[in-house]
Amino acid sequence: MPSSWIEFLPTLLKGAEITVIVALLSAVLAIVAAFIAGLGRLSKLWIVRTVMAVYVEVFRGTSLLVQLFWLYFALPFIGIELPKMAAAVLAIGLNFGAYGSEIVRSAILAVPKGQWEAAVALNMKPWQRMWNIILPQASLRMLPPFGNQLVELIKSTSLVYFITMADLTYQAMVLRNNYISWTTEILVLLLLMYFVMATLVSVGVKLLERKLTAGRL
Amino acid sequence: MSTTVIESGEEASRENASLRDKPGTGNTPIVRYQGVTKSFGDVQVLKGIDLEMMPGEKVAVIGPSGSGKTTMGRMLMTLEEPTEGTIELDGELLWHMRVKDRLVRADEKHLHRMRGHVGMVFQHFNLFPHMNVLRNVTEAPRKVLGLSKEEAEERAVSMLGKVGLADKLKMYPSHLSGGQKQRVAIARALVMKPKVMVFDEVTSALDPELVGEVLEVIREIAEEGEMAMMLITHEMDFAKEIADRVIFGADGRIVEQGTPEEIFENPQSERLQSFLQRFRAQGI
Repeated sequence: MPSSWIEFLPTLLKGAEITVIVALLSAVLAIVAAFIAGLGRLSKLWIVRTVMAVYVEVFRGTSLLVQLFWLYFALPFIGIELPKMAAAVLAIGLNFGAYGSEIVRSAILAVPKGQWEAAVALNMKPWQRMWNIILPQASLRMLPPFGNQLVELIKSTSLVYFITMADLTYQAMVLRNNYISWTTEILVLLLLMYFVMATLVSVGVKLLERKLTAGRL
Repeated sequence: MSTTVIESGEEASRENASLRDKPGTGNTPIVRYQGVTKSFGDVQVLKGIDLEMMPGEKVAVIGPSGSGKTTMGRMLMTLEEPTEGTIELDGELLWHMRVKDRLVRADEKHLHRMRGHVGMVFQHFNLFPHMNVLRNVTEAPRKVLGLSKEEAEERAVSMLGKVGLADKLKMYPSHLSGGQKQRVAIARALVMKPKVMVFDEVTSALDPELVGEVLEVIREIAEEGEMAMMLITHEMDFAKEIADRVIFGADGRIVEQGTPEEIFENPQSERLQSFLQRFRAQGI
């Protein structure tokens, strides 16, 4: 039997490492997907808009856990076998990308029309208007909601436990099975570790926001 | 014009393609509107505009709000597409291209090439809030004209000096007064060296005490002469002083045009007379 809760830490930290890796990779994918889908939904081409709208609605309209099961358990039956990590990152990344696309889209639409017009008047090309004028302003508006989404994303990585990835939640459950009388301590530690990660992200995003707006407002 | 897909109205077809001089011969208008109309949904804001501006000419456009003045300027800046009619810039069609004797809507490439001749200053400045003053003015010369950072900054600093803001290079727009913002916007448009510049009610959003400094800058630019200017304005005294020609528009048409003296001292139409009366009664 363990003599103190401290002895659980190494195992939990090992799990936390997996959690962080899944969260980081998923976040990168989510941001890329959010920008592609968010910009795509503003495209002049109806086919692009439609494809992106379908992606967003499908991933927002179904449960993340079911998407995860689908990628990991169902795809092998049609001949696609994904490693656990790939399935986890794809499911979480694409799911949050779908929500993020709305953030991207609305932040772009929120930039005053006069900014586009000034960019046209200076003869910038369409991509220059977007890249040099609109996106820098829209990104600032995206930061706070993206920060919230990132916290949500970290917490939702616990679902990978259900495809038996050895993440933080998984390790805590294994410990609990072995030391059932320490359940309370183990679960308190589990809560705390998620809380620390989420807080670090929140604070980081706030600092970034402050840094980016410095001098401008 | 018989083969065009755009109906440009009787007046426009009367002046035929034969009227189109070669660019650069000196008597080619820099701007030519022919039978231009514009509708937003069911509302027709411009009902057939024919207008020519010569290189370097300063044209003031006055008229009641809602007369379509701003729309006229925005069309020249390619921000608003004509519903009917054509606009020529330096002898070339702005919004259309000729494909096998038919006029078709110009593509972005054509618009990009043409738009380089036009600049615009907006009522609400539209400075880029995420860039400091210097960057606001150097961004387009660098990204659009392809100038080096040094060249662009040299040009920008000299232009900002001209509008009296050489000491504000590192400031962000949110720290500037309205008058200063508008002067930055003017410098930003000028560094692109357009042949025609549209000033769209550039003092209307300013506090009264800041109007003077902006008008002073425009006056100096006008005196330099080579750039044609379309001044959409409510500043009658200013229009009178600066313009070579004044255009009075109302209800989507050009009602009267002439020299400042003709328009302000000897207005012909009833519409213009009552418009000027109302203005004088307000003491503006």
